Amino acid sequence: MMNRSKMLCRVWLCGAATWLATAVPASAFLAYVSNEKSNTVSVIDTDSWTVTATIKVGQRPRGIELTRDGKSVLVAVGDDDTIQIIDVASQKVVDSLPSGPDPELFTQDAAGKVLYVANENDNTVTVIDLEKRVRMGDVQVGVEPEGMAISPDGKILINTSETTNMAHFIDTATRQIVANVLVDARPRFAEFKRDGSELWVSSEIGGTVSVIDPAKRVVTDKIEFNIPGLRREAIQPVGIGMTRDAKIAFIALGPANRIAVVDAATHKVIKYLLVGQRVWHMAFTPDEKYLLVTNGVSNDVSVIDVAAQKVIKTIQVGELPWGIAMARP
Amino acid sequence: MIRWLIGAISLCAVTSSALAAEPLTISIGYLGQAGIKATLSLVELPSENDGIAGARLAIEDNNTTGKFLKQQFGLEEIRVKEGDDVAGAARDLAGRNTFIIADLPPDALLQAADAVRDRGGILFNVGAADDRLREADCRANVIHIAPTRSMLADALAQYLVWKQWKRWLLVVGSHDDDRLEADAYRRAAARFGAKIVQERVFEDTGGARRTDSGVTLIQRQIPVFTQQAPAYDVMIAADESEVFASYLPYRTWDPRPVAGSAGLVPTSWHAAQDQWGAVQIQNRFTKLNARRMTARDMQAWLATRMIGEAASRTNSGDGKAILAFLKSPDFSIAGFKGQRLTIRDWNLQLRQPILLVDGRMVISVSPQDGFLHQVSELDTLGIDRPESKCRLQ
Repeated sequence: MMNRSKMLCRVWLCGAATWLATAVPASAFLAYVSNEKSNTVSVIDTDSWTVTATIKVGQRPRGIELTRDGKSVLVAVGDDDTIQIIDVASQKVVDSLPSGPDPELFTQDAAGKVLYVANENDNTVTVIDLEKRVRMGDVQVGVEPEGMAISPDGKILINTSETTNMAHFIDTATRQIVANVLVDARPRFAEFKRDGSELWVSSEIGGTVSVIDPAKRVVTDKIEFNIPGLRREAIQPVGIGMTRDAKIAFIALGPANRIAVVDAATHKVIKYLLVGQRVWHMAFTPDEKYLLVTNGVSNDVSVIDVAAQKVIKTIQVGELPWGIAMARP
Repeated sequence: MIRWLIGAISLCAVTSSALAAEPLTISIGYLGQAGIKATLSLVELPSENDGIAGARLAIEDNNTTGKFLKQQFGLEEIRVKEGDDVAGAARDLAGRNTFIIADLPPDALLQAADAVRDRGGILFNVGAADDRLREADCRANVIHIAPTRSMLADALAQYLVWKQWKRWLLVVGSHDDDRLEADAYRRAAARFGAKIVQERVFEDTGGARRTDSGVTLIQRQIPVFTQQAPAYDVMIAADESEVFASYLPYRTWDPRPVAGSAGLVPTSWHAAQDQWGAVQIQNRFTKLNARRMTARDMQAWLATRMIGEAASRTNSGDGKAILAFLKSPDFSIAGFKGQRLTIRDWNLQLRQPILLVDGRMVISVSPQDGFLHQVSELDTLGIDRPESKCRLQ
């Protein structure tokens, strides 16, 4: 999905560093925001900070991510039981993928050839061949699969299940579950540190982020959030974004209407940034100067200056903005 | 004389590899009543498996999780009829199950709780809304999943006050449960600044709930019954006994909305609830049971899931360990209500948001914004710790 500064790194991993070196001027990027209620994707130009296009998609768009080749944006439209492909050049839906029922979040392998989709309705992760656009198989996981992540070495796929409350470790070669780690209630999102040393899993209802040692496959630390004047129930961590140098992490706290800025090394909260209502997911611009976060209830996107750790702008989008992906124009 | 309807669900072993350790088996009993409570509306007539259908879904969910933890959950059902020996049935069930989900009237629930107490039996009340079970008659081995009458009344009152519909005409049925519900509305009005401008009693004179020409008669009766009222904003019906409330909407003398037992109804769950991931459980439930999920189904689902959740966290099926975990500050459960549900440690009542529904849609969810509390806004619903008469023992 979204907050994929990750994308850049993965592009990097597949050896496109030269492409980066010759890249377009800084901050000329396009953010694609899925609007869950409007059935649209808003496109934001990060130079002018305005919505330059609104793309009609299927019903209930949520998970959204750029393909590794940068040519397409994939968006899961859960109520149509499919993932649609938006062509970045024409900004139009051009095709769809055979996901299982009610796809929500997904992730790609490093080469951009295989897509792993969490299907909330039937306790499976669906494996899709992105080139042939066919289903390759399923992995049975816990109840209500949601968060998806791939380890930087590509060997382990992580899926979180919201009612089972686990992070499932799936061997990408055999497609077998090799470990299950219990986390707090309703795990929503999983994110690896770039060096693979830590896996972070947010628990929306539990109100924590579990830090997991991917080698030992145990929870080694838990990040908690205490915001004066806010009741504990309102603190619901969902989206996570980490800078490439793994120094700073940003965690969306849902109806707490705040982003927690966390020292990724010590796991201590540095500060809370007030954003819009029910903040959900996020994406860095590829230069990591800015972080864009979706605010579901206030129907807008907040722009955070990453270095200054300040909110600098708010951009109105469609209704119930959910996910966000970053592309080059 | 005891006549039990026994239905046991046997669950096939998830793993039978010779190398694998034996899975931990956790058996849950379900103690309910035989027979179906009559309702005015045919579409609201409960199914025979109302309640236990939710427990069955949660057993499936627990077993999906359990296969990763080598835990296996089973469910055994006993139904008692009126006049049966509830204590005996509870003891029998407790012989095989440490945890019993109880869908019983208040006195039967207390008999069952006291009967299994010495052997460490733990009850989960999914049926009785009586405040006294969490107050003067509270028990240390009963966890209450069903919301109380006062929680339900407070949830509705907060919304009506937010809506500025503060003048209530209270219509009360003539049965004991109706009067208890009316007490909850009186308390809620005083708490949240509404005013009951008048009370009327609707006498149950007997008669059938279903007749071939009922509408004609009702259409004449209700306007007459509701005329000459002082100025009011909303009519509140207290009719747990299902005698008249559903006749009120659209038939009142003055054009006013109805709430309480009909019209805008406070409830722990409804088939129309689709927020906070709820579509997932609604779909799972419908797939398993070929019908929609009711409040009682959700209460039984939650009870069973709480046992599963505690078993996975404590890696144990031991009653004491699980009860201790459920009572600890570490416990919380996700119930598709937008926030964590926890237990009030002073009376073992599950804290929960309450849905306000009109039969087709969820109109609102309480607690409403702005009703603040120093511990949890969910504690603005129902009897709070400082007012509680419960002394757990």
